Amino acid sequence: MSPRNKGVLVSDTAERTAPEELDRVIIRFAGDSGDGMQLTGDRFTSASALLGNDLATLPEFPAEIRAPAGTLAGVSAFQVHISDHDITTPGDAPNVLVAMNPAALRNELPKLEPGGTIIVNVDTFDERNLAKAGYDSNPLVDGSLKGYTVYEVPMTSLTKQACEPLGVKPRDADRSKNFFALGLLSWMYTRPERPTLDWIEAKFGKNELVRDANVAAFKAGHAFGETAELFDHPYEVRPAPQKPGIYTNINGNTAMAWGLVAASQLAKLPLFLGSYPITPASDILHELSKHKNFGVRTLQAEDEIAGIGAALGAAYGGHLGCTTTSGPGVALKAETIGLAISLELPLLIIDIQRGGPSTGLPTKTEQADLLLAMYGHHGESPLPIVAAYSPSHCFFAAIEAARIALKYRTPVMVLSDGYLANGAEPWLLPDVSTLPDISVEFATTPNHVDDDGKEVFWPYLRDPETLARPWAVPGTPGLMHRIGGIEKADGSGNISYDPDNHERMVRLRAAKVAGIAKDIPPVEVTGDVADADLLVVGWGSTWGAISGAVDRVRARGRRIAQAHLVHLNPFPSDLGDVLRRYPKVLCPEMNLGQLSKLLRAEYLVDVRSVSKVKGVPFTAGELETAILETLDD
Amino acid sequence: MTDTSVPTTTRKDWASDQEVRWCPGCGDYSILAAVQLLMPELGVRRENTVFVSGIGCAARFPYYMNTYGLHGIHGRAPAIATGLAMARPDLDVWVVGGDGDMLSIGGNHLIHALRRNVNIKILMFNNQIYGLTKGQYSPTSEVGKVTKSTPFGSLDTPFNPISVALGAEATFVARTHDMDRQHMMETFRRAHEHKGAAFIEIYQNCNVFNDGAFESITAKSNRDDMLIPLEHGQPIRFGKEREKGVMLGTDGRLHLVEVAEVGEDRILVHDEKNDRGLGFMLSRLSHGPHEPTPIGVFRAVEHPEYVEETDRQLLAAQSQKGPGDLRALLHSGATWTVE
Ligand SMILES: Cc1ncc(C[n+]2csc(CCOP(=O)(O)OP(=O)(O)O)c2C)c(N)n1
Ligand code: SF4
Repeated sequence: MSPRNKGVLVSDTAERTAPEELDRVIIRFAGDSGDGMQLTGDRFTSASALLGNDLATLPEFPAEIRAPAGTLAGVSAFQVHISDHDITTPGDAPNVLVAMNPAALRNELPKLEPGGTIIVNVDTFDERNLAKAGYDSNPLVDGSLKGYTVYEVPMTSLTKQACEPLGVKPRDADRSKNFFALGLLSWMYTRPERPTLDWIEAKFGKNELVRDANVAAFKAGHAFGETAELFDHPYEVRPAPQKPGIYTNINGNTAMAWGLVAASQLAKLPLFLGSYPITPASDILHELSKHKNFGVRTLQAEDEIAGIGAALGAAYGGHLGCTTTSGPGVALKAETIGLAISLELPLLIIDIQRGGPSTGLPTKTEQADLLLAMYGHHGESPLPIVAAYSPSHCFFAAIEAARIALKYRTPVMVLSDGYLANGAEPWLLPDVSTLPDISVEFATTPNHVDDDGKEVFWPYLRDPETLARPWAVPGTPGLMHRIGGIEKADGSGNISYDPDNHERMVRLRAAKVAGIAKDIPPVEVTGDVADADLLVVGWGSTWGAISGAVDRVRARGRRIAQAHLVHLNPFPSDLGDVLRRYPKVLCPEMNLGQLSKLLRAEYLVDVRSVSKVKGVPFTAGELETAILETLDD
Repeated sequence: MTDTSVPTTTRKDWASDQEVRWCPGCGDYSILAAVQLLMPELGVRRENTVFVSGIGCAARFPYYMNTYGLHGIHGRAPAIATGLAMARPDLDVWVVGGDGDMLSIGGNHLIHALRRNVNIKILMFNNQIYGLTKGQYSPTSEVGKVTKSTPFGSLDTPFNPISVALGAEATFVARTHDMDRQHMMETFRRAHEHKGAAFIEIYQNCNVFNDGAFESITAKSNRDDMLIPLEHGQPIRFGKEREKGVMLGTDGRLHLVEVAEVGEDRILVHDEKNDRGLGFMLSRLSHGPHEPTPIGVFRAVEHPEYVEETDRQLLAAQSQKGPGDLRALLHSGATWTVE
């Protein structure tokens, strides 16, 4: 059987066999950044989500908006893993690679599984494009793709043909070829057509020519799959068994934005976002800017310092203040975080981590801001940290962070990352009535009697339980007070340079944050809780890959347990006990071992670190190997 | 516009119980006094008044006012105040800082607060020096200034704060000085009445690190000849007998002239509402306080106020879509049901 098939249209419709069932498939769409691959992947994902597949996605795009067309630097890719069972990652190696040009093939081929399927837009494999991609010879003919199943589809010319009767100019028709690819893949994997057609209508309905061209291209791709004697049958991935309920497909940044809106509703406080655009956090600003009817105020500030400054000003005025950014922005906000810690006002700082240092890999993911969040501000400045572990969990992480911030009157850092931000998963929508009440009461009356017997307001008189100070907002008669970054006298809040007072205040602020441990759930351990030989502990977006790896290792009959931390400061009170319970502890992170360092320092446990800092998430396979090696070590 | 339900207050009511800790003789005292004297006249409530500041000697100001106050971080007060004003349009928000605070580290925030036209009143105490850090040159110090950090004289061209503010599209721009309480009070009152961002440069004497910087124009004996009062609708004249004036020459430039020589009707009439750069030209009349210097309101124009516009959008969204419904938001994307 020849591994290569020529894409020739045949006129007679061959008898079709029923779709072959697959339990899962990983498809990678790759093309030039102008080819619309993110959109193609996104649409394929949505159709799959509506079908009820479980799924996970990994969009990867170049940092340059428009790298020269056809070059390796311009390759944009979108990987989607669809499955009939519960999955947690976008998959290790893709099974199918859709390559819209030679550069995409060259860039992405190493990721494809051995013997995988390649679908190329053969129209682009001309001398110029091959040269731009750095090919000395055409891989489609020089035998270098031996071992793969290659389908050569003339996507550009077929799209142009399909668009011709509509009067679409060839150059414009060229732009629709991604819909051809989508149509073809939709046929191959038996995705419903309706959602895509509806989407095209909604998106391009106003521009009829574009709409019609995209519809024609999509249908042509679909028809091509059906009629070309290229694929002997389509495949089908059945819906995953899921808990009953209403689902939506969500990415981390949307979930985070919705979580902030929810937090504001649950707190009964208006939401204020002060932010400055930065990849991969900007979409939260975009999303929140839409929701003015929720009373959400957004300010695109002049820089990140102004963003957090305005958020702090709004918090002082009694709003739920929030700022969103990525690592370099957190660095700029550091001084204001210190002020917020000193003012003891609630404030949310959301860090969507990306590759660093400096501009680093702005469109790629990394988890290397943990120590920045923990220690990256001046003086003794304890800061609670909450980390989201999946796209939908971003929703709950935002609410939890707001709960802590409001209850303890403190800024809270929320950590997400590029992978969670852009990655999507099906989400069983929560019943709104089950979300926690996080409302707060402002101070309205004096709380202290001074030496002269006069009733006064002391802004730093703490709640004995939480150690939180009262929140008296401007406009409240009788409670006028001045706060600022200069050390304040314990209680009265007046400026104080007294050495003992400073030490007391430093310790009080630390005790307040440490005390939050009483208010968070104990560590949840899964797997072979009682008798594991090894505990895998992680945080953030590695959850999916770790869970997948743990499942595989356990399926081999080995005993391991897993714990994934949501609260990183303070840690859950029982974390030390949990870590000491297992002979070995392994901590995978997309950094050089930041959590392991914290755990070792805090609990004197020999936590072993597994690191990956490539701008791409761990695969379950990599972690499976790491776990087995550690077990056998 | 005194609200009759506002309890009458006196200067004492506006002074906090904190001891004022500026150097004796510092110009900051007289500015504080002017503000505390003005407040009862404005007929506003103490609890609805907030002073936000950055860092510097000037920025200690909020501690001395018996109002709400936030002593922030260096240069960032305009940003903090912007958030507060957006969250709470019901408050009177004042911003206080020095020339270093606002034009150096906070230059970016200052210009953006001004261009947005947020309803905040910015008092910039200009002493042409860094006071709190003990005497380094500032962005308004004159070229050649010898300080601890510039023992051979500074090389930087100074900012002209009024030009900066006008260039930033500020809708209210004025200058006053710490030797004239009435003028300060009048200028602050005008700023308070203004809808939108107001920028006031206040020449302030730092008697410790830059004593007498403004003496050549603000000393009683020099004022008549060196301060050019700007009054809307009035010919711009100065001098003991108002014998001098400002004329717009046929060369398109402003000239200081003897009124008698050119004739009264050649003297420029001040127009705060002039949007074609008159204020800017006036701001260029003097660079540094050794030449006749305009004092008063350079520009006062009406433009949409940022917070009002923000709230207008919120209300429009709410009346269009109804108040936010969290459940509907969560279900707003494509959804599917698993039985
Ligand atoms: C981030 C930061 N950088 C530097 C300082 C030090 N600092 C405090 S006040 C000041 C300059 C103040 O000068 P100015 O604004 O002119 O106010 P003045 O003290 O003269 O009233 C500086 C540099 C600081 N507090 N914070
Ligand atoms: S150093 Fe100068 S500005 Fe600061 S308080 Fe003393 S005199 Fe005033």
